[in-house]
Amino acid sequence: MSNMFAIDPLLNGELLWTPLVIVILKVLAVFVTGLVATMLMVWFERKVISGMQNRIGPNKAGPFGLLQTLADGIKLFFKEDLIPDRSDRFVFKLAPFLSFVPAFLSFAIIPLGGDFRNGNNGMVTWFGHATRVQLADPPVGVLFALAISAIAVYGIMLAGWSSGSKYPLLGSVRASAQMVSYEAALGLSLGTVFLVTGTLSTSGIVAAQNSLGNWNVIATGVVPFVIFLIAATAELNRPPFDLVEAEQELVGGFNTEYSSIRFALFYLAEFMNTVTMSALIVTLFFGGPQPISFRGTVLDIPFVPNGIEGTIWLFLKVLVFLYIYVWLRATLPRFRYDQLMDLGWKVLIPASLGWFMLIAAQRLGRDQGWNTLIVTTVSVAILGASYALLQAAFKVSAKQRETEGSMF
Amino acid sequence: MELFVFVCATVMIIVGALGVVLRKHPVHAALSLVLTLFGIAVMFVAQHAEFLAAVQVIVYAGAIVVLFLFVIMLLGVDQVENLKTEPLAGQRWVAGVVGVCLLGLLGAAIYTGADSVIARGEGIASNVAGDNPDANIQQLASSIFSDYVMAFEVTSILLVVAVVGTVLLARRRTAGKQQTAGAAK
Repeated sequence: MSNMFAIDPLLNGELLWTPLVIVILKVLAVFVTGLVATMLMVWFERKVISGMQNRIGPNKAGPFGLLQTLADGIKLFFKEDLIPDRSDRFVFKLAPFLSFVPAFLSFAIIPLGGDFRNGNNGMVTWFGHATRVQLADPPVGVLFALAISAIAVYGIMLAGWSSGSKYPLLGSVRASAQMVSYEAALGLSLGTVFLVTGTLSTSGIVAAQNSLGNWNVIATGVVPFVIFLIAATAELNRPPFDLVEAEQELVGGFNTEYSSIRFALFYLAEFMNTVTMSALIVTLFFGGPQPISFRGTVLDIPFVPNGIEGTIWLFLKVLVFLYIYVWLRATLPRFRYDQLMDLGWKVLIPASLGWFMLIAAQRLGRDQGWNTLIVTTVSVAILGASYALLQAAFKVSAKQRETEGSMF
Repeated sequence: MELFVFVCATVMIIVGALGVVLRKHPVHAALSLVLTLFGIAVMFVAQHAEFLAAVQVIVYAGAIVVLFLFVIMLLGVDQVENLKTEPLAGQRWVAGVVGVCLLGLLGAAIYTGADSVIARGEGIASNVAGDNPDANIQQLASSIFSDYVMAFEVTSILLVVAVVGTVLLARRRTAGKQQTAGAAK
């Protein structure tokens, strides 16, 4: 239990009040950070997109329009809450929470900072207790995030179904098919990260990336990172994978019938998930709150104590990915549904599996003392043969489709 | 604390299981199933089998029940079932007998196994001490891929056969449909 809540040696003996206070403070901090980050993310996205489209964007509420999200939120709270007659009332009310709660839960396992100097390895001392700047550090770590993102499917799926209306249903069926398909690619690309770091826990993964060459984006080869980024974008239903709420085809997607606070919860969950997923990418592939260091020289932020520096690094790294998400949205047109499924099943899943096998063979060869060159040649040859087989299979199925007609 | 967790999880499991059987609406029944699966995941965590808990949620709650719901929604069977009709004659009788037999079997297993229950801290070394958070996964992996590798591979072959069979069945039916559609043209 003590290990779980990242307050290491404390809960083993009697229950003191300081660890309890630390845990409560952490919960509060994570909740508030999550909400504020989401609020700023909405503003950031609108502002950056308007910049890219030569518009001004929100500029009335507060300095630089910073409080625009708050104003929108208050407006949504005071709107009338409609429940359609044909809806399934209980599920209709449940769905926004099923979408909102997982968004917050996965934020709990992300290391939000810490002191990585002098062998401190992310531990900081609060009220005389060594602790991690992370709400929970469960042994299954990243699998928890995967489980939570699996739960998030329910929110969208049930919202669409319980509305008792055609378009939301179509949107939610699309959404669940998309999210279930891309979850496989997401999990498989993580396999390589686990293989390289040898642990599942987020704090362990961050600790293993203690210099620029050890960052998982380099240590695993860039392929798993690219697959994870694409699959995460699809999992978030963000453009170019936003078929879930394709306005031109589906009116508004799964949340068409929602209004007022329930709609606000979906909206909040969407942006919260974007922030969390960016933080997860940084944690898994870019060293999380670790400072940038190369061959022993650490890039230092002047005048800032080491304990706070980690948070600043994390913030900067996450900001890069948030910008990338906004950039993608402003640049790329939406996928067609068959393209989406083809990309997921025929490209991303085989690619992540193949890369996983390649890295596994490399590591096995190193452990057994085999010749690296031979191991690489043999595994590349096997991968090439598998690729040829896969292509042949696609060709056969395409030919069959021509003779028999398509399945659907 | 342990008792509290156990009672909560048990209530979740039992309420969910009753919901699966008693709710008339298929979607509600599927949601009750999710509740049961979550309760079982909580039980796993309480037994320090965190990996199993995570996999339980990812695979069962996250994929399988989602597919159930998918089929329910896509095929439009989400109407209230008429429970009066019996598709197979005598089905209820047989189900009752089988249920009683299963209950007896479970009771017998618990009764005979009561002596071999291991005390706390024995058996599989747990990671309660917190020195190695990955002990759980390492133990699982080493027993799957060394002691029980044969069973593991046979299971994977079974799954592949099931997948191939599913694709084959699905294609054959549409091929027939295509022919009739072509004939109608």
